[in-house]
Amino acid sequence: MSMETKKNKVTTAESGKLSRRQVLGGAAVAAGGLAAPALAKATEVNPENLPPNVSEWTPYLGPGVDVTPYGMPSEHEAHVVRRWVEWLTASAESSVNFTPLQDLDGIVTPNGLCFERHHGGIPDVVPADYRLMINGLVDRELLFTLDELKRFPQVNRFHFLECAANGGMEWRGAQLNGCQYTFGMVHNVQYSGVLLSDICREAGVKPEAKWVLAEGGDSAGMNRSVPIEKILDDCMIAYSMNGEALRPEQGYPARLVVPGWEGNMWVKWIRRLEFGDMPYMAREETSKYTDLMDDGKARMFTWVMDAKSCVTSPSPEKHLLYKGQNLLKGLAWSGRGKISRVDVSLDGGRNWQTAELHDPVLDKSLTRFTMPFQWNGEELLVQSRAMDETGYVQPTIQGLQAERGVNSIYHNNAIATWQVKSTGAVENVRIG
Amino acid sequence: MFASVKSKGLAALITIGLMAAAPVLASERPFNLGSIATPEQVAGWDIDVRPDGKGAPAGSGSALDGEEAYTDLCASCHGDFGEGVDRWPVLSGGYDSLSTHDPIKTVGSYWPYASTAYDYIYRAMPFGDAQSLSADETYAIVAYILYMNDIIEEDYVLSNENIGTIEMPNRNGFALPDPRPDAQVSAEPCMKNCDVSTEIIGRARLIDVTPEDTSQTNIN
Repeated sequence: MSMETKKNKVTTAESGKLSRRQVLGGAAVAAGGLAAPALAKATEVNPENLPPNVSEWTPYLGPGVDVTPYGMPSEHEAHVVRRWVEWLTASAESSVNFTPLQDLDGIVTPNGLCFERHHGGIPDVVPADYRLMINGLVDRELLFTLDELKRFPQVNRFHFLECAANGGMEWRGAQLNGCQYTFGMVHNVQYSGVLLSDICREAGVKPEAKWVLAEGGDSAGMNRSVPIEKILDDCMIAYSMNGEALRPEQGYPARLVVPGWEGNMWVKWIRRLEFGDMPYMAREETSKYTDLMDDGKARMFTWVMDAKSCVTSPSPEKHLLYKGQNLLKGLAWSGRGKISRVDVSLDGGRNWQTAELHDPVLDKSLTRFTMPFQWNGEELLVQSRAMDETGYVQPTIQGLQAERGVNSIYHNNAIATWQVKSTGAVENVRIG
Repeated sequence: MFASVKSKGLAALITIGLMAAAPVLASERPFNLGSIATPEQVAGWDIDVRPDGKGAPAGSGSALDGEEAYTDLCASCHGDFGEGVDRWPVLSGGYDSLSTHDPIKTVGSYWPYASTAYDYIYRAMPFGDAQSLSADETYAIVAYILYMNDIIEEDYVLSNENIGTIEMPNRNGFALPDPRPDAQVSAEPCMKNCDVSTEIIGRARLIDVTPEDTSQTNIN
């Protein structure tokens, strides 16, 4: 099989500096190792490091503690980064990047890899000056400091956050050749924070309050209307993710968490909650996050992210490099509850096998599935199909298009297809 | 005492328009956290404007008043006539495009409420200088955009008194609550010898718009 590698600007820039080990060990910095790490791992082997030889990293002292007080991933994993599609948006400040799902295991997304979507850049909110305001139809209009928020009872919950536009580029056909680009507007972390029902008790919500306007302190002043049933059910003000303070790009020092609903509602850098008796019809919920149908009418308030899944390996970034035993890996999620089953097809949907779901299987959380399989060089059409505990089944793209047309942009939760060629190369294709 | 309202699932959540009154929550403060926000503090941050005009600050402006501000502050991204520059949003036109293969969603063709334009422009525009406009400037710029869309005359004075009464062309273009039809899939989907077409009808590689800076190895 002929293999050629592509220069990787991001990877080269990120991993350009030599490590101490490489310098000390005098190892040649193989150009291929920087340009195509995934392939390099499989092919660029230095026999000097293999038994019975003493590997180059063994005789020398490595760096001591505190060289990286916060720690960094291995430099050999420098290709595992968020990526963006420059032509998608007018500016980097109002743009999106994508989580490298294809390089992750389990269900936890490392904080530094959680996809970003900002509408006015990342504000530098000073924690001492942070305030959350509660106003409108409440008994008491209140201001909370960050420390006061942290004195409320705490909850710790895993939830996925998915942009409603995840896969939006794929409505009309296979467009972006990557698992990262077609599914990477989703991440999953453990949020620590305060239930909004507790904050509502503190403010005393008036009976006529039916909607809550959540508003951010960024330069977009991001605002969305949330029905009060959802606010009282499971919404949170989160200040930590995966144990550490929110990253600035994820809303530091506090954000709204709206489990199972579209990511645009999870207002970051949240500064205000206004209680009212009708929706506010903000720009995001009228002109943007509404779904245009074939007849020119648009669906509004399409909040729930329906059940969805993707195969992360093999995928356009994860070719099949070896014949024989292989492991298919993927992720499934549902905004309606827990994932109950994931089926996998290797022949474009003609025949399916049920994959193994890995614990923990949590409510409105990414769920990991795997399926061992044998590959002997035959062409495959790989798909996955998720079901959730409500009985909802992930649809085909043809089924979704039949109901919603192709102008929706948002809420594409259709089954995708990866073609594995006889060479092991994998491509995003549309079948039908 | 406080009674938690557990969602009864999606059906309960999507029938927002028909909802019963919200639960009565306790009037006592269970945690004694936070401080009372003063009216001045609330007024400074409470900038939203609703479709019925609630929240609209006192002020006014016409399209004639707004043309200069629009040209200075908005046209470099949105074009002199709201036609859009590069990938920045188009603000005018697009009528009769929503049911076509290339819908153009503008303030005139798509937005259901004029209040939304006031709310958004004041809170987020000009891009990079948010919340810098006066109420009068904001009304005038909104008026200019509405004028470009043939919704009001150039001398119509838009104000807090009438922003809740502007009739937008696509006011009835939205379906509420969410009645999205699900794609029809049986609860027991096919597992063996399913009758589906597996012909490849599209390839991302042929579209060739994927950024090249991936770690992807290229095996052909």
